[in-house]
Amino acid sequence: MTPRNSSTKKIATYGMMVALALIMSYIEAQIPALIAVPGMKLGLTNIVVVVALYVFGSKSAMFINIIRILLVSFLFGSATSFAFSITGGMLSTVLMIVLKKTGRFSTIGVSAAGGITHNIGQILVAVLLLHTVAVAWYLPILWISGIVSGIIIGLISGLIASRLPESISK
Amino acid sequence: MQRRPVHSDRMLGMDNSQIKVKKSDIVLIVALLVGFLAMITVLTLTKSGGAYVVVSVDSVEVAAFSLDQDITYEIKGFDGGSNTLIIQDGKAHLEDSSCPDHLCEHMGKIDKVGQSIICLPNRVVVEIRGAGDDKGFDTISS
Repeated sequence: MTPRNSSTKKIATYGMMVALALIMSYIEAQIPALIAVPGMKLGLTNIVVVVALYVFGSKSAMFINIIRILLVSFLFGSATSFAFSITGGMLSTVLMIVLKKTGRFSTIGVSAAGGITHNIGQILVAVLLLHTVAVAWYLPILWISGIVSGIIIGLISGLIASRLPESISK
Repeated sequence: MQRRPVHSDRMLGMDNSQIKVKKSDIVLIVALLVGFLAMITVLTLTKSGGAYVVVSVDSVEVAAFSLDQDITYEIKGFDGGSNTLIIQDGKAHLEDSSCPDHLCEHMGKIDKVGQSIICLPNRVVVEIRGAGDDKGFDTISS
């Protein structure tokens, strides 16, 4: 590997990842809710976060996700949607980082656990905002949907991460 | 569930990939599924017939009705929004929501204690409470 200006490359790469994450958020927002459960999502954005986690490392995954959440909230969201995204996003990203660090899990396990924690974060915010624990009734359905979408997203992310040239993270 | 690792191994085997489904992945996912089943079991067993429908707007309780009487009630939601609460045959559901996504209308009919219908844009929560619960105040939030 020839020496190169790594910080310039880093800025460009992170910018590209954030842009991808933004597009994923936008596409996801265009898909109408298939089942009438608030908070149920495909988690397309998580593809970018999981890929970043495995290719670039923990810090960049966290950084890309925070910037993505801020931008999406400013562009399309509100204070309420920001509260939902940041809580779910941070909880799931932290857990995914920890699980990945154990070295025992592939993208599939990491992403499935991340999918569930994201949804648990959403429910926590809903409980706080609406002052009722009745929202916890959505936990089972969001739990199972988190597993299913997490596995699918983990599989896709793993395939993408394995196909990216190694030079991208150097 | 068991077929997945085989499937991905085959796909990933083609290009010398570093991701392989590990044993811990399977253990984790099975544990998560067991957690789901446990949750469902607990929730199903603790369900009991409801007595009251409590309507809250922006976390303030505005109305309470018995499930026994058939009524139609217009909920004045947050920021000018509105929903219509209908209680019929001992079950409650929402209709005619002013919100853009109409999710609450598709949440179905509820009649078990703890079940709820939520319309987030209008900040409306419709909740079933048991006969033993205090009708007026939410002991958890207040």
